[in-house]
Amino acid sequence: MLHTVNKSSFERNSLKSCLNAIDDTSVILLIEDGVISAANNENSSMLAGLATEGRVFALQEDVDARGISSKVADNIKLVDYAGFVDLVEEYGTTVSWV
Amino acid sequence: MSTKKFMYLNRRAPYGSVYALESLEVVLIAAAFDQDVSLSFIDDGVYQLVEGQNPEGIGMKNFSKTFHALGDYDINQFYVSAESLEERGLSLDDLMPLVWEDEDDDWAEKPSIKVVSNVELTKILSEQDVCLSF
Amino acid sequence: MADILGAEVDEEGFLVDLKDWTKEIAVEMAKGDDIDLSEEHWDVINFLRDYFEEYQIAPAVRVLTKAIGKQFGKEKGNSKYLYSLFPYGPGKQGCRFAGLPKPTGCI
Repeated sequence: MLHTVNKSSFERNSLKSCLNAIDDTSVILLIEDGVISAANNENSSMLAGLATEGRVFALQEDVDARGISSKVADNIKLVDYAGFVDLVEEYGTTVSWV
Repeated sequence: MSTKKFMYLNRRAPYGSVYALESLEVVLIAAAFDQDVSLSFIDDGVYQLVEGQNPEGIGMKNFSKTFHALGDYDINQFYVSAESLEERGLSLDDLMPLVWEDEDDDWAEKPSIKVVSNVELTKILSEQDVCLSF
Repeated sequence: MADILGAEVDEEGFLVDLKDWTKEIAVEMAKGDDIDLSEEHWDVINFLRDYFEEYQIAPAVRVLTKAIGKQFGKEKGNSKYLYSLFPYGPGKQGCRFAGLPKPTGCI
């Protein structure tokens, strides 16, 4: 499964809820304000384990929009819109944690 | 009309919701009324001031550029929460170098952004006549 | 929808898409207002376009007045001069000729 999170983890608990519900084969894609959780801050640590396993992605366009491309935490992979589509294709079912 | 102290409190990241842009629009409209305006940035609001934003890829206007114009509108008090920056691994160096020209000091350029603790921010808030939250 | 030289404009005559702007469109808009664009008009129009490019907004009239005075000489840094060029208002009419949106806070 592909889980997308589009809210900042400082403002909403959607990333936390997603992390509670995710199984071993699923991946997370951070989009819109969700990319803030990728920006090497106090909340990025929540993602560190999954990121090490290569299971956390962030949308490049949203990272660039917010000027945080130099801040992206280790092991979080950046994908563009085409990469987003590839992930949807690869993982079939998408869960949006809005 | 007597001058009042207006504070615009910004708590949201830019682009993901319309709050940041709406706040800026209201600030610009209100600038026409010659009031004592200050802006504060706490929580994810600090991301509004991060240098190097480029929302071209998501098809939105780069309104972070507009903050550079506010000095000419006599809006030069930007209070940024030190704690909010810290939680997000950010520092003053990550923010846009916003300046204003001081007419009374031979147009010297002075920084508009002031990083303040939450305790200082509480005090600044208590001195306001009007506080608008976005 | 109305158009000027093929570019779509709104009910107040402002360009819908600022990328459509050309000098010919500005000339055409001015003609519609009985204005023959002079060097002085172009100074202001070009200033407005540069300002918008840099700050993503059209300047308020008092900001425009101050900046024009700074750049083109003190005698031009007043609203009387700017209104002589743009009788319907340097903000509203000037921005329209420059292909920019109506200035924020301008009624």
